[in-house]
Amino acid sequence: MSEHEYVPKSKAAKWFNDRLPLLTLGAHLTDYPTPKNLNYWWTFGGILTFCLITQIVTGIVLAMHYVAHADLAFASVEHIMRDVNYGWLIRYIHSNGASMFFLAVYIHIFRSLFYGSYKSPREVIWIIGLMIYLLMMAAAFMGYVLPWGQMSFWGATVITNLFSAIPLVGDSITTWLWGAYSVDNPTLNRFFSLHYLIPFLILGLVVLHIWALHVPGNNNPVGIDIKKPSKDTVPFHPYITIKDAFALLVFMIIFAGFVFFTPNVLGHSDNYIPANPLVTPAHIVPEWYLLPFYAILRSVPDKLGGVILMFSAIFILFVLPWLDTSKVRSAVFRPIYRQFFWILVIDVLMLGYVGAMPAEGIYLVLARVGTIYYFLHFIVVMPVVGYLEKTDPIPMSISEPVLSGGAEPSLARKVNDKV
Amino acid sequence: MIKSNLKLFVLSFLLLISLRPLQSAEMVDPIKVDWSFKGLTGTFDRASLQRGFQVYKEVCASCHSMQYLSYRNLGEPGGPEFSEQEVKAIAASFEIEDGPDSQGEMFTRPGKPSDKFKSPYPNVQAATAANGGAYPPDMSVLVKARKGGANYIYSVLVGYEDPPPGVTLDEGVYYNKYMTGNKIKMPNNLMDGLVEYADGTESTVDQMAKDVTTFLAWAAEPELEERHKTGVKVIIYLVLLTILVYLSMKKIWSRIDSEV
Repeated sequence: MSEHEYVPKSKAAKWFNDRLPLLTLGAHLTDYPTPKNLNYWWTFGGILTFCLITQIVTGIVLAMHYVAHADLAFASVEHIMRDVNYGWLIRYIHSNGASMFFLAVYIHIFRSLFYGSYKSPREVIWIIGLMIYLLMMAAAFMGYVLPWGQMSFWGATVITNLFSAIPLVGDSITTWLWGAYSVDNPTLNRFFSLHYLIPFLILGLVVLHIWALHVPGNNNPVGIDIKKPSKDTVPFHPYITIKDAFALLVFMIIFAGFVFFTPNVLGHSDNYIPANPLVTPAHIVPEWYLLPFYAILRSVPDKLGGVILMFSAIFILFVLPWLDTSKVRSAVFRPIYRQFFWILVIDVLMLGYVGAMPAEGIYLVLARVGTIYYFLHFIVVMPVVGYLEKTDPIPMSISEPVLSGGAEPSLARKVNDKV
Repeated sequence: MIKSNLKLFVLSFLLLISLRPLQSAEMVDPIKVDWSFKGLTGTFDRASLQRGFQVYKEVCASCHSMQYLSYRNLGEPGGPEFSEQEVKAIAASFEIEDGPDSQGEMFTRPGKPSDKFKSPYPNVQAATAANGGAYPPDMSVLVKARKGGANYIYSVLVGYEDPPPGVTLDEGVYYNKYMTGNKIKMPNNLMDGLVEYADGTESTVDQMAKDVTTFLAWAAEPELEERHKTGVKVIIYLVLLTILVYLSMKKIWSRIDSEV
């Protein structure tokens, strides 16, 4: 928080600001003291905001031309692609935008994992973030159903059928979700309704996410508490805004590369075949960003067990701040945890890979090993390493490379360079 | 340490993306053709598109529908670019059912450019029944709906062979090297000299397969040329803007003693 109160310059501004302090809020956002050592992994918050706005704007336009009916949905998408002015561009931005959104959110989440941004006092930011992530998955899944292609239909069938694994009431719940006795027109209709609703829920949570962030302020690569404002911080504008803008533009170049030159590479060709309840595709695969969870689901021979494990894989992240016992936030000063962090990254990538493969032979073995490691990482590695690990000396502040442990200053210099 | 791990991360991610296409069932890889529409600035070969339309009209259209295309698309930029007169003549050569009229009767009239391509069968069931139980898929987005895209479609068209020893085929089933499962209900319709190209090109099986595949690739992605052209401009614009913003950032951050 800024030390000095904002004072409006004009009388009119003062009159308004006394009644609704929007100008104070604006001044707070502009002055917001931000650690000056944030690296580019910290630019993904802004990038994600851009992704959300892009999805909402393109989505609203698409909804003006899309028809949520089992007999008309596929044709209406082709209408968008062929007859609507720049419909192809809007749809490709929206469909690739979902992938870019997830790419950014995964980087954002792993950044948080590496630098300990989920730890006290930022647990609430982390939990709101996970709620956003859950809603993103729901929105993306339902959005993928809307074109009513083969993968839409069969993906919806597989995922909704998961709920039938719940004992006693499972089948009733599934029928209730469908609004029919199978995935059918009522399912498509409600998915469209929810797909339109969820982004606005996400938007609300994003406001809370940022609000919660502005209470303790940003974590930083060194992971230490800093005085705000001080010479360790810079005002959000122009320093962070320009840096976020630069990173966003680089991100947009990659985004544009997908949209204009390989718009369908992240999708599945089967989704250009109209939905057919009588023909099951050879391999039903979700979009790439859900594959690790799909691998976990299929690694268990029991349906209910698989469902429980898959949901646990997400919900375990909610208690992560209390599983991590280390007093040091940043993995930069945690030589042991740092190794495990990268093992986790590779583990999740491997799970994603085997999620795209048939659940048999070596892939099934890899999926099981990957699943076991995933849970071990959070349940065993994080608490135990936090206790046992001898962390590297931590600097006292970002500007002054003085060590808390009284070790050699040169070491701190080295550490700072690394950051 | 972080840097090298980062490399590992990026490499693993690229590996993940590049390995995804391996997921499908075993079959012979499609023939790789050097299509003119490949690449960042690829465009369609106009003459090939026009010939491909001819093959579609004279051969494919007797079984396959292309219900999402309109005759007017044939004259639009980035496509076969038939002249307005030609498009009108093509449309008028089809009898389109319209109505109901003021008496409540359906009637037929010559096609107009705004009409959708006429389908050979009234519905999927009729098409299935007339083709030995196998529905000839609508070809509007067929190239996008098949893994391997244009290469796969072309390969199937030229991939008919006698079945290897030991493989017995039912009546009305044909052996195709590139088709998933190797069994296809579409007979080998292409033979040398089947169509007489208006531009005098020799109509070999290979030529016809290439032309009609080009036509189908355009049908699936009629926006391809505009997409490529716009994409190049967008990327150039973004790169220039990125450089400007980068320089501004360096200038702004030079005020304080911190690297950006």
